[in-house]
Amino acid sequence: MSVAQRAVTLLVAFIAVVALIVFVVVHILLANPPTVSFTADHVAGQPVSMTIMTDPVNDVSDHPDWVSYFVRSPQTGKWVHSTIWQLPAHTRINVTNYEFDTCDPLRNQFNGRVSGTVGNVMSVSGEADGVNGKGISVVNSNTTCGVAHTFSVPGLGINVPFEGVLYAAKNQCTQGPCGMSFTHTTTTFSFITPGPGDYRWQCFIPCGLASVDGNGHAMSTIGFMTGYLDVVS
Amino acid sequence: MAAAPEAAVPAAGRTEPNHGLRIFLIWLPLAVLADYLLYFVYGPHMPPGTMSTSAASQQFDIKVMSVMAAPVFLGVVVYAVYAMVAWRPRAGDDSRDGPPITGNTRIQVSWITVSTILVLSLFGFGFYELVTPAGAGAGEGPSPIWKPDGRPLQVQVIAQQWLFTYRYPQYGGFETTDLILPVGQSIQFNVTSLDVIHSFWAYQLGVKADANPQVNNVAYTTALHTGQITVRCDELCGLWHGAMYDYGRVVSVAAFKAWAHKTEIKMAKITKTLPAYASVYYPNEIKGLAKFYYEAGLPGAGGGFYGNQYYPNEP
Repeated sequence: MSVAQRAVTLLVAFIAVVALIVFVVVHILLANPPTVSFTADHVAGQPVSMTIMTDPVNDVSDHPDWVSYFVRSPQTGKWVHSTIWQLPAHTRINVTNYEFDTCDPLRNQFNGRVSGTVGNVMSVSGEADGVNGKGISVVNSNTTCGVAHTFSVPGLGINVPFEGVLYAAKNQCTQGPCGMSFTHTTTTFSFITPGPGDYRWQCFIPCGLASVDGNGHAMSTIGFMTGYLDVVS
Repeated sequence: MAAAPEAAVPAAGRTEPNHGLRIFLIWLPLAVLADYLLYFVYGPHMPPGTMSTSAASQQFDIKVMSVMAAPVFLGVVVYAVYAMVAWRPRAGDDSRDGPPITGNTRIQVSWITVSTILVLSLFGFGFYELVTPAGAGAGEGPSPIWKPDGRPLQVQVIAQQWLFTYRYPQYGGFETTDLILPVGQSIQFNVTSLDVIHSFWAYQLGVKADANPQVNNVAYTTALHTGQITVRCDELCGLWHGAMYDYGRVVSVAAFKAWAHKTEIKMAKITKTLPAYASVYYPNEIKGLAKFYYEAGLPGAGGGFYGNQYYPNEP
């Protein structure tokens, strides 16, 4: 092999390695869903309304069979596939969640309680449990199979179990984001944001398919069943 | 290469000072000073502190090991510096290497004797400290070799991805995310997991015990001071391992009892839904649930976790 051929081979190999490193850094290490901001149009002292949904499927990612959260952009009103939400500090956040997924048991029934919300209660309406619009503080998923997912922020003591759609329910969601015509439950609750900081949140239902006993896949991927509350001043 | 015959013979008439004595006289005061500073000045600040009997025991162990290690370290340093100064090349020195030192029985015997005494002492000390009550092994395992006197406060540590919760069976078995402990009372931690391997590390208490599914690892300690505890997971356990930490508090006995009674009442509703208190839990045996899944033709998001017996076609 001539010197020129060797040099070209070396250069090509070098470029391939660099490209591989860049790909890993950009597409794996730095890959995060977009941050949805609730601070841009926020008026100080006023509460923030945040609408989210939990879908059994999605049509917007490489993993359509992974459960995931969507959040409605306050700017565009469109559903965004993201779990990184920017919120103003020391502000009341009024949350509405549309739950389209069916239930699974909690690995620890302790996570069936409602905590960290205003009044330590949530309100549920829908066909899952018949508790229409009544504030409740505990859901027993052992007996009712009533919890589909949770919204939990361990660092803030927030835990909200979302009651799921019954397995026998008709017209279950088959696309994500789900349309409101599909069977769902609606949960509302409020919490007060603390000072600035990043607070991780997650679901405590092992809903990651069969991966790692249910705690892999969607449970371990930001953008699906876990993310950040990016609280800013 | 063999040394030249003339190089093997010391220069006739040359008088050498007693280097060994010199090195010893330099080393001795330094070693005494270092040991004094390590034990009495820095020692009380060594990790993990003295907040509990376990922590104090571990701090004592680290102090003893430091006191034994410092003279050895200083011996090496003093010898190296002395050699660089005393045996540095001088003008007119023969550029060839000096004669090899072989067969010095006194040095060999001293070296082996001192090393043997040090290592065996550390072995004996470490072994004793490991098995002694409140010793270094403050994560004693499923079958502890010692138990504290009296009736310790039972605190169950339940780990799961990615959270610690705590159950107090002597107060109705309530579960909480708050770790509150009384000062001056022996405590029995019963550590387990609901999913993967975690590790319960209460740093200031000097307690670290693996949290393994379907295993009850026991650790005893007695808090000596009130204050805050940092609890961390010390076993890489997934995406949020780094965020799996919380803070506990050691409070007075009266404050603890008031908190426990108040929390027992506050948690009564959720306590009713919890499984009966047990040393370990089997989440895959939630009564009727896996069967419900199977009969409904629904594998469930948890895969086979809730009972492979109900999924005959699943691996």
